[in-house]
Amino acid sequence: MWIDRIVEIVPRQRLVSVKHITLSEEHTHEHFAATESRPSIAVMPACLIVEGVAQSGGILIGHASGFREKLVLAKITRVDLECEATPGDTLRYTITVEQIGSQGASTKGLVERVEAWSGKVETIGHVDLMFSNLDQNMAGLEFPEGNFVFGDAFRTLLKNSGVEIPPA
Amino acid sequence: MTRDDIYSKVKAILADAMGVDEDDVTPEATLRGDLGAESIDFLDIVFRLEQGFGIKIQQGELFPDSMAQNAEFVQDGRVTQKGIDAIQQKLPHVDLSKFAQDPQVTKIGDIFTVEALVRFVQNKLAAKGA
Repeated sequence: MWIDRIVEIVPRQRLVSVKHITLSEEHTHEHFAATESRPSIAVMPACLIVEGVAQSGGILIGHASGFREKLVLAKITRVDLECEATPGDTLRYTITVEQIGSQGASTKGLVERVEAWSGKVETIGHVDLMFSNLDQNMAGLEFPEGNFVFGDAFRTLLKNSGVEIPPA
Repeated sequence: MTRDDIYSKVKAILADAMGVDEDDVTPEATLRGDLGAESIDFLDIVFRLEQGFGIKIQQGELFPDSMAQNAEFVQDGRVTQKGIDAIQQKLPHVDLSKFAQDPQVTKIGDIFTVEALVRFVQNKLAAKGA
């Protein structure tokens, strides 16, 4: 998972999650890897920030239907990340529902960096997304019956965060 | 709201939703063929029209649900006359005259033009009394 905890959820409206960045994560050693002339530069990859926002948004939208729908990220409407986040920072994602319907949903995401040692909060960007309910897709395509989207990792995160799975 | 006002707003919405230049959004441009819309873009467009014009669009009202899977409406890869009549009845905002000349089901996406969206919004606003 690319989020560590859900800290707040207002069903069908808003979700706040956090991701702590540490030097023990492999990607911080590889991104960007050391070269002959300099040591590695440890920066949280932007694509993993987008993934964290997508997982957060997916939980918020999936929660609205009791996680019964096969919900997938369908469109990245906007990514605007202005600053880097490095080990020691906590990323805080605040997702708000823009629109939600039977076929899918659109969300707006605020990305903030919280300095663990000072508590200073800084907005570093925005990630707006669209999600699609696979079984309601406009192309009329069929998918396997079981829900392969919200698997064990999602359920562990929900449990650790004290989020109950609502009835559909 | 005049037709031109609706057209300008639809133009901006489509440019934003699909990342195309507003100049490419002409009335006769097709959403899929000319503007490159993919299936998720259709849902995006529905959401943006709802927000932009303060209207509610039911599923299948603007774009049809998978009619292509109905054997009565599609035979040998072509939309039957019954299918064309059903689409026209369900979607009065689309102009099917060109499509009806060669109704290959793979070309069904071409019936959704910018003008069709403008007409759809016009009808919705008129029904709402706006």
